[in-house]
Amino acid sequence: MSIDLKTIKHISKLSRISVDEKKAEKLSGDLNSIFDFIEKLNELKTDNVEPLTSVAETTLKLRSDEVKSKNLRDQVIKNSPKENEDYFVVPKVIE
Amino acid sequence: MSDITKQSLSGLVENIKSKKLSSSEVTKAFVERSEKSKELNAYITEDYTNALNKAKKFDEKPNLDLKLPGIPMAVKDLFCTKDLKTTAGSKILNNFVPTYESTVTQNIWNEGAILMGKLNCDEFAMGSSNETSFFGNVQNPIDKNLVPGGSSGGSSSAVAAQLTPITIGTDTGGSIRQPASFTGTVGLKPTYGSCSRYGIVAFASSLDQAGPMAHNVKDCALLQEVISTYDEKDSTSIDFKRNEYSKELTKDIKGKKIGIPKEYRVDGMPKEIEDLWKKGIEYAKDCGAEIIDISLPHTNYALPTYYIVAPAEASSNLARYDGVKYGFRADGENLIDMYEKTRSEGFGAEVQRRIMIGTYVLSSGYYDAYYLKAQKVRKLIKNDFDDAYKKVDAILTPSTPSSAFKIGEKTNDPVSMYLNDIFTVPVNLAGLPGISIPAGHDAKGYPLGLQIIGKAFDEQNILNIAYAMEEKINFKNNITDWWIK
Repeated sequence: MSIDLKTIKHISKLSRISVDEKKAEKLSGDLNSIFDFIEKLNELKTDNVEPLTSVAETTLKLRSDEVKSKNLRDQVIKNSPKENEDYFVVPKVIE
Repeated sequence: MSDITKQSLSGLVENIKSKKLSSSEVTKAFVERSEKSKELNAYITEDYTNALNKAKKFDEKPNLDLKLPGIPMAVKDLFCTKDLKTTAGSKILNNFVPTYESTVTQNIWNEGAILMGKLNCDEFAMGSSNETSFFGNVQNPIDKNLVPGGSSGGSSSAVAAQLTPITIGTDTGGSIRQPASFTGTVGLKPTYGSCSRYGIVAFASSLDQAGPMAHNVKDCALLQEVISTYDEKDSTSIDFKRNEYSKELTKDIKGKKIGIPKEYRVDGMPKEIEDLWKKGIEYAKDCGAEIIDISLPHTNYALPTYYIVAPAEASSNLARYDGVKYGFRADGENLIDMYEKTRSEGFGAEVQRRIMIGTYVLSSGYYDAYYLKAQKVRKLIKNDFDDAYKKVDAILTPSTPSSAFKIGEKTNDPVSMYLNDIFTVPVNLAGLPGISIPAGHDAKGYPLGLQIIGKAFDEQNILNIAYAMEEKINFKNNITDWWIK
């Protein structure tokens, strides 16, 4: 299997990480060596194996639907890189 | 009293309880030593002034019934600490000041301990050498230019160098046990669900666990007893009866059945590791344990499974870093451009690599071939352990396939770096507890660790085995304080 530059560009778009040519080439090399290593799993037949989704053999606990924390607006907005009163600010989305 | 920083946690607690030492004296000693040890780069954020003030306050009205009365400690910078910067070793969180406290650290402060600062770690805990940290690599106090292991590298370095009497780390694939092994310290990865994940910066949520790191098994047991609580704020926290691990600690392990998995004898394993393992088996026998050969047939598939599951979960968890709600933001021409530049400039190379792997294995058309396949193999790995535990009470293995390596030695080859975790990763995949204890030195004088793996929720048993073996091993760390001028 080979992850080419076109695939790298596609994954970078899905990951929302910008990648220039030089970085794409480096990533392609790294990912190919990692996937060569991962391919080992194909040696195993797993048709009848149930996938393990959680090691914690427990069911979710129910709780009553009560508000426990009061107005946290200031705390929520506190670490925002850019805000305007009650809002997070982002670059203009609609022209 | 001289040499305060050389004392174990239990010794310090006893001295504070009997009023031979005050919290201020103890805190001052660790702060002074930390200040003289900047070359190790173990800290990301220091909080010494607040620590000394808190110690003074403690001494004015000491509550000596607490388990960690006035004990100063630094913690891995992956735990959110209210009003103190928490970076996860990343540029993207360089200005992040949590408005809430992680459950695990809250449990520690509730028992009287005092925060000294935040310890360096690999970025988002992704690494085995602490070299992926935005804040630079950490020196291993054992030798200059040696990695302290990772991702809890600042934690292992700080304990070994006596900058903090104890600490906590997190372990997703070996990040407590491998650095403990590289620095001659003790590190416990608890059962998944034992310690709350609330307020810990998430890496791979089905694998992440917090755990104690210390100079000896007894200190580790005491800290585990403090941090392990059921927490309704973590939906995977498990409500089981927790022991008072330090009180119930015993060296009587007569008749315990300890398994030796033949698959851990991996190709190219140095003879020193093989010899250490044999020595470990002899120590266990001397303690009265019965040694039984076992098989964990899917061991070789654990790392490839891990490098699908962990990046997949990471790519999902790290989607939250978008430059909008908190953390670093880069300017962009539009919203998408802002996201892409923020993440490209804010994350380091290893984190980007893992996000890309994770995104790829979860992407349309590849999900079944990679992610689903990995979850199925994960089941086979867990079944191996379930079968083994029908015959044995615990499993003994080396902690790592080598001693600590040089800074820069493995940074260009991700796969060789990943191989470091070959003995620790299966334990996370199966959600089991594992402890690394120092057990000897290699020819260079670097420490080597042995790992004891237990059944789920059987921390007491592996702590007991470790406690018994620790006495027989009688390990001494060779630390010369070379970094103190």
